[in-house]
Amino acid sequence: MPKMPAERTDRSAVRSLLRLWPYVRPVRVRLFTAAFVAILASCLGLVIPLVLKWMVDGPVADRDPGGVWLGALYLLLLGIAEALLFGFRRWLVARPLAGVEAAMRADLFRHLQRLPVAFHDRWASGQLLSRGTTDLMLLRMFLAFPLTFLVVNTATILVGFVLLFAQDWTLGLVLLAPAVPLIILCSLFETKYSVVARRAQDQVGDLTTVVEESVLGIRIVKGFGRHRSQARAFKAMAHRLRDTELGKARLLAGIWALITAIPELAIGAALVLGTIQVADGTLSAGTLVAFLSTALALRWPVESIGFLLAMSQESATATDRYFEVMDVAEERGAAAVREGAPATAPGMVFEGVAFRYPDAAPDSPPVLSGIDLHIRPGETLALVGGTGSGKTTLTALVPRLHEVTGGRITLDGEDIATMERSRLRELVSVAFEEPTLFSATVGENVTMGAADADEAQVRRALSVAQADFVHELPQGLDTEVGEQGLSLSGGQRQRLALARAVVGEPRFLVLDDPLSALDVHTETLVEAALRQVLARTTAVVVAHRPSTVMLADRVALLSGGRIAAVGTHQELLRDNAEYAWLMSGAESGPAPGRKFPAAPTSAPVQQVPAEEGSAR
Amino acid sequence: MTTTTDDASLPAAEDDGLRKKRPAAPGPRPSGDPFDQDDLPAPPGATLALLFSLLAPMRGRVAVAALLLVVQQVAMQAGPLLVAYAIDSGVPAFRDHDYGPLVAVAVGYALCSVGAGVLQYGFIRAAARINQDVLLELRGRIFRHAQALSIDFHERYTSGRLISRSTTDVESLRELLSEGLQELIGVVLSFVSIAVVLLWLDLGIGAIATLSFVPLYLMVRMYRRRASVAFTARSTAIAAVIVKFAETMNGIRPVQAFRRERSNDAAFTALNTRHERANGDAILEMARYVIGSRLIANTAVAGMVLWGAYRVAEGTLALGVLAAAVLYLRRLYDPIDRLGMFLNSYESAAASLTKIAGLLAQTPNVPEPGHPTELPPRSGDLPDREVVFDGVRFAYRTGGEVLPAFDLRIPAGSTVAVVGSTGAGKSTLAKLLARFYDPTDGRVLLDGTDLRDLSTAELRRGVVMVTQEAFLFSGTVAENIAIGRPDATREEIEHAAKAIGAHDFIAALPDGYDTDVRKRGGRISAGQRQLVAFARALLANPAVLILDEATSSLDIPGERAVQRAMDTVLHGRTAVVIAHRLSTVEIADRVLVMEHGRIVEDGAPAELIGGTGRFAGLHRTWKESLS
Repeated sequence: MPKMPAERTDRSAVRSLLRLWPYVRPVRVRLFTAAFVAILASCLGLVIPLVLKWMVDGPVADRDPGGVWLGALYLLLLGIAEALLFGFRRWLVARPLAGVEAAMRADLFRHLQRLPVAFHDRWASGQLLSRGTTDLMLLRMFLAFPLTFLVVNTATILVGFVLLFAQDWTLGLVLLAPAVPLIILCSLFETKYSVVARRAQDQVGDLTTVVEESVLGIRIVKGFGRHRSQARAFKAMAHRLRDTELGKARLLAGIWALITAIPELAIGAALVLGTIQVADGTLSAGTLVAFLSTALALRWPVESIGFLLAMSQESATATDRYFEVMDVAEERGAAAVREGAPATAPGMVFEGVAFRYPDAAPDSPPVLSGIDLHIRPGETLALVGGTGSGKTTLTALVPRLHEVTGGRITLDGEDIATMERSRLRELVSVAFEEPTLFSATVGENVTMGAADADEAQVRRALSVAQADFVHELPQGLDTEVGEQGLSLSGGQRQRLALARAVVGEPRFLVLDDPLSALDVHTETLVEAALRQVLARTTAVVVAHRPSTVMLADRVALLSGGRIAAVGTHQELLRDNAEYAWLMSGAESGPAPGRKFPAAPTSAPVQQVPAEEGSAR
Repeated sequence: MTTTTDDASLPAAEDDGLRKKRPAAPGPRPSGDPFDQDDLPAPPGATLALLFSLLAPMRGRVAVAALLLVVQQVAMQAGPLLVAYAIDSGVPAFRDHDYGPLVAVAVGYALCSVGAGVLQYGFIRAAARINQDVLLELRGRIFRHAQALSIDFHERYTSGRLISRSTTDVESLRELLSEGLQELIGVVLSFVSIAVVLLWLDLGIGAIATLSFVPLYLMVRMYRRRASVAFTARSTAIAAVIVKFAETMNGIRPVQAFRRERSNDAAFTALNTRHERANGDAILEMARYVIGSRLIANTAVAGMVLWGAYRVAEGTLALGVLAAAVLYLRRLYDPIDRLGMFLNSYESAAASLTKIAGLLAQTPNVPEPGHPTELPPRSGDLPDREVVFDGVRFAYRTGGEVLPAFDLRIPAGSTVAVVGSTGAGKSTLAKLLARFYDPTDGRVLLDGTDLRDLSTAELRRGVVMVTQEAFLFSGTVAENIAIGRPDATREEIEHAAKAIGAHDFIAALPDGYDTDVRKRGGRISAGQRQLVAFARALLANPAVLILDEATSSLDIPGERAVQRAMDTVLHGRTAVVIAHRLSTVEIADRVLVMEHGRIVEDGAPAELIGGTGRFAGLHRTWKESLS
């Protein structure tokens, strides 16, 4: 499972949490007001017993009915005020904090969409998803309660201690004594807890990834009857998460036990000392009672610090996880036009293009190097190469899904690095080898290629791609395709992806093996229609088969990350052994007339030239 | 010439996928479909039954945890009593130089403090153990059940919703369990003890206090009803957010290439805003509850004080009793906030559990047999087995018939190629043989045994299908191949890879077979993935191998290599090959041409090519395409 451990360089929970400020800022007034209201409501809660005491000591004792009525009225008013304040506090923060969560999620989504493809290659979407859901929910809850009560309770403790010291400073010191060891213990706890909390959150992300893959790969799981072993693997992982969570609970139980016991011991010590002082006559019994009741009243605020700290720590790691992704730089926009760069010819030009994946080991050879190609306006170039020769990578450079690491690519003389991505991608349209569709309608999937395409254009694109099956779907263009379009067949998806690529009649077209999943008959029809489209655009077509190559005017052979040869199909077949091998699968060069081992289906095969590659 | 073979490869091929959709409500955004609403029906009471079934095995541990908590609370409450004892007895005794009582106070206080701490420690750990074990069980159940459900279920449910069920929905149960027990025990203890004390102090005041529980109960009921709606809406909303999120991240290449970022932002914002509103609604329900319950409580306190005060004035109530009652009254209603918090997490968890129960209530429509039979032992050393379609008819539950009743016998060890146009039923045939679906009528037999009578393990020793989508799971290349047979040794894995021509590219990866497919250098092209998928199938060593357009992304040499390998691989194996590339078909002993669910041509490839039928035409077109 991929883990993306944070660089643990002296991180502090506070510093992490402070990064939330930009999101909290817009709601700061409400948040502070809510905290203030919380304090006010707590104070009101303290006043109510005073009124009760006043009633008992005054009107009730004096048998004064008017006073009783008045007291009850006061009680009622205070009660109503308290109820409204409590509700008001919640009302104040409910929507704003839901808003903070939503804003952070929207930003995350926005940001992730604009991160380079290389980033997504490395990050399982489950990990990203867990940041966008469970982590953000944790942060909202943190802002709603622990943050407020951390402040309120700390203030209560401080005020309480002032009162304690005012009553008797020696006993106050006794109570204060455990503060130092407690603070040390708390900070030790925080360090340990943050590690475990982080691990738990990462494991949730891994678990999310497994769940997601178990659905995306359900056909394989089913096809191999692996659902039990898959479930076992999941269980092992869930077990690890459980163990981590239990580790968290152990730490929390430990700190909470100490936070409960140590102050209690101090109160006990104060009680014994106080009793002695009372006995000695240096302290009045009333003062001791008052002192101890104040101390006992502080018990809850002190105890709560344990889990408040734990929640803060978890929120801090959630914040870290969130910003870990947010801090990844978005792709560079348009670079400045390089002065003095020689102008290039119109069409699509590759000039000394080199590429190495940003995460590749520095000593590994580049995936592509020294690529020089010139595709003239209106021309179609086929890109042929063995499996893993870098064809798909090369096509990804044109729409800048990956950035060239050397050389440049120009479109009609303009360096693509100097173009805004959106404009570039408007000029260049792509059909991927894996035709991913989205869970939207067929029509929406096709018009993705050009938002302003009218119906006629869509129909034309569909007919180019021979995707007329669309009209027979239950709701035609409005039929929903399932997740990733998986309710359609591979061939249907590929045709829709092709329609999507050509619908906007783009100036430049990049097609990655666009016909691989089509049957021969459909392929022939698509080729015929596609030829007309290609005649008007400048195109690169990755091809595995002669039939696809025939769409192109010229062919470039990619071998070991370099352009090994450029020419027409016939020229390369004649002159280039590797090309002939790729196109025919024959072991050696295409010596015309040479007979290949006879196929079991003997007669018809021998009628076709050997290089056409049907023989086994 | 109408025969096109582009149907496919996907277990949910077009014919399936779309006919299935027909019953959906009209319009691009159908509503009313429980899948679209993310609202699978759960039988009544299923939610509570689920919660109970999760907690029942833990009841002993729950009792222990509850006991720890109660004793801990008692230890904490001993403090004030010790203070009273110290002042009343300790001080005078100390003055008489009798240090006994003071020592007793010191020891007692120390014991209570340490005891409270230790019990606290014990309770938190015990509670965490219960909590985590319940979550572990629930996660496991969701996962296992989802894995047992059929493929057409997953196509409609989507991975995003399943993720939502097993993350955010499980998370809400976690909140309930981690705080719920503590809250609930605390609430019950306080209510009961204080109500008893009040009734004991004065029947009248106690009665009013008890009566005030009626509006409180109504309040709670109203809150629960409203909160349940709000939380269900929230859970649905977050699932929609997750679906969009997951889909966008998984399709990031087309998203970027087609400049979908802005429109995705807008679509996501709409979903996200819906969740934000639902989230706010749910939180506000809690605010309403707090206001309402506090108002009732505070009014009741005022009423009781008034009533008590009059009684004192009348002389029917002692002043001291009123004073004590009044002091307890306040504490009577302290737990209502905590009750609110408990209800809050309970409703949130209940909404989530209902969704989970709805998922768990889905019955697999391709169930495993209760009493599986074994395949008969093979006659020779070869793994091959005979396949028979015996009067098989297949229609979707909604009616559309894909395969009219047909019979087919594939002798052991033979290789059959299936070609035909879109919707001809090739994929359905393959899926019936792989038992992704069960036939509506008739039987699919493997060496005379109905597929439905085989255990999953036995079935997959029998039949394995390689599809066009070569999905790779997170993990190493070796692990991905080993999905075919998890107990395979490294030699066997490499052997399978070598047999199919995948070894060279795998060996060239940075860490060879141990290269993580998601880590640096792990980029594997579509063609290479298909080779990995093939190796996976070889390793499984099934009796019957189904290749559903499994070589579409390979280049010609790769395809050649696979075909050469097939000679040895398919030797002694029964194979069904669906392919558009007719070169693949040439390795077959027999070709079936399908149309409208019927077999219209059947014969040896050479025989058909030589004829004038559909296959001969197809073959001609294909030959032309190669020039």
